[in-house]
Amino acid sequence: MNGVHDMGGMHGMGAIKEEKDEPVFHATWEGRAYGVTRAMGGWRLWNLDATRFQRELIAPVDYFRMSYYERWIAGLVELMLKNNLVTRAEIESGKSDSGAPVRTPTFTADKVAAFVSKGMPARRDVTVAASFRANQRVRARNMNPMGHTRLPRYVRGKVGTVDRDHGIFVFPDTNAHFNGEKPQHVYSVRFVARDVWGAEASPRDSIYVDMWDDYLEPA
Amino acid sequence: MTTSRRDLLTTALSAAAGVAVTSNHPRAHGTDHDHAHDHGHQDVPSDPALRVKALESLLVAKGLVDRAAVDALIDTYEHKVGPRNGARVVARAWTDRAYKQRLLSDADAAIAELGYGGLQGEHMVVVENTANVHNLVVCTLCSCYPWPVLGLPPVWYKSAPYRSRAVIDPRGVLGEFGLEIDENVEVRVWDSTAELRYLVLPERPGGGDGWSEEKLAAMVTRNAMIGVAKIATPVHGDRA
Repeated sequence: MNGVHDMGGMHGMGAIKEEKDEPVFHATWEGRAYGVTRAMGGWRLWNLDATRFQRELIAPVDYFRMSYYERWIAGLVELMLKNNLVTRAEIESGKSDSGAPVRTPTFTADKVAAFVSKGMPARRDVTVAASFRANQRVRARNMNPMGHTRLPRYVRGKVGTVDRDHGIFVFPDTNAHFNGEKPQHVYSVRFVARDVWGAEASPRDSIYVDMWDDYLEPA
Repeated sequence: MTTSRRDLLTTALSAAAGVAVTSNHPRAHGTDHDHAHDHGHQDVPSDPALRVKALESLLVAKGLVDRAAVDALIDTYEHKVGPRNGARVVARAWTDRAYKQRLLSDADAAIAELGYGGLQGEHMVVVENTANVHNLVVCTLCSCYPWPVLGLPPVWYKSAPYRSRAVIDPRGVLGEFGLEIDENVEVRVWDSTAELRYLVLPERPGGGDGWSEEKLAAMVTRNAMIGVAKIATPVHGDRA
């Protein structure tokens, strides 16, 4: 979707504020928000792409007002509501509805170390033909899906060169909507900065964008 | 460029007026709308500390979340996984030519040699800074970052100013970090739009000849591994 999360090239966002000796979490609740979100992912009722899309659906005015982990919580609550894990009344009251089932958590503390060290690989060991090859000129498709996509607006319609083929990965545009993984090649595509931004960009600079096969067409 | 903690705290306290404050820093850093804090109006509907606490309690009561699992996740990223891991990878690459080649050609395997890998670093790419090329990593769409080697990202990396400008004005961004890149040097920006995660292999500074891998690792900063800093030549006797 053409949301405010797709920020590449936007102006007016202000100066970068670096915090010296920044803690991992700035407050107890940030760590809890992080951990609860991860733990709920353990139910496997949604996936990473769906999680990202849910945060993209946050209204622009709220997206900018919220801090990072407030967005996480906002997205998590919506995913839990959609999956009937909680009710709106429970979220508002903080209390379980009477008669609501009590489950047993499956993602327990003993599983954390293995989960962190293994991760959730998105590469798939399947055979899918590559439509493009290294050094080939390609154009990022001009597409504006209302659903989830990882094709940033700033490169749509631009011509670049395939730098390398990363292999075969889950396709977020379908996976976020539970329409299948549709595994396909992902390429690093090099765009000359001036081809994207015009003459004001430095002539030597370039941007490498990772792009799925379905985002590209021959140029 | 340093965020004023006092400003944020003042606003936090006024925003949370009438609400019990359970944390020293009830209002987190990282909102992309910091200018609102200058107005002094209440832009926070309710204290996130209280909301998250209530949410966790609800989920525990419903048997959806194991509180000890949340504790373990927090402990992992506060104490076990962080930029020291990446620094060890860099120091090894500086001292072992064969390792460096493996790191640049098959980063997953080379990083796993040191015992690192996993969540949000399942598919790694390492890009090398040289006298002619400077690499910079960003995620314009969200906050993708190589957790196993760098830990969780700093607020600035996730913020709108960095995400918006790193791709259109990388040299301006680097200048804001105090890094001027010669016009003859090529700047390559890596936008982490897929599940590849990028680590910059900084240039090894002059000096420090004969230093141990451990001593070299202590010089390597998180910012250098994102690409917004270089590593300074060590002062003689420094960090002995």
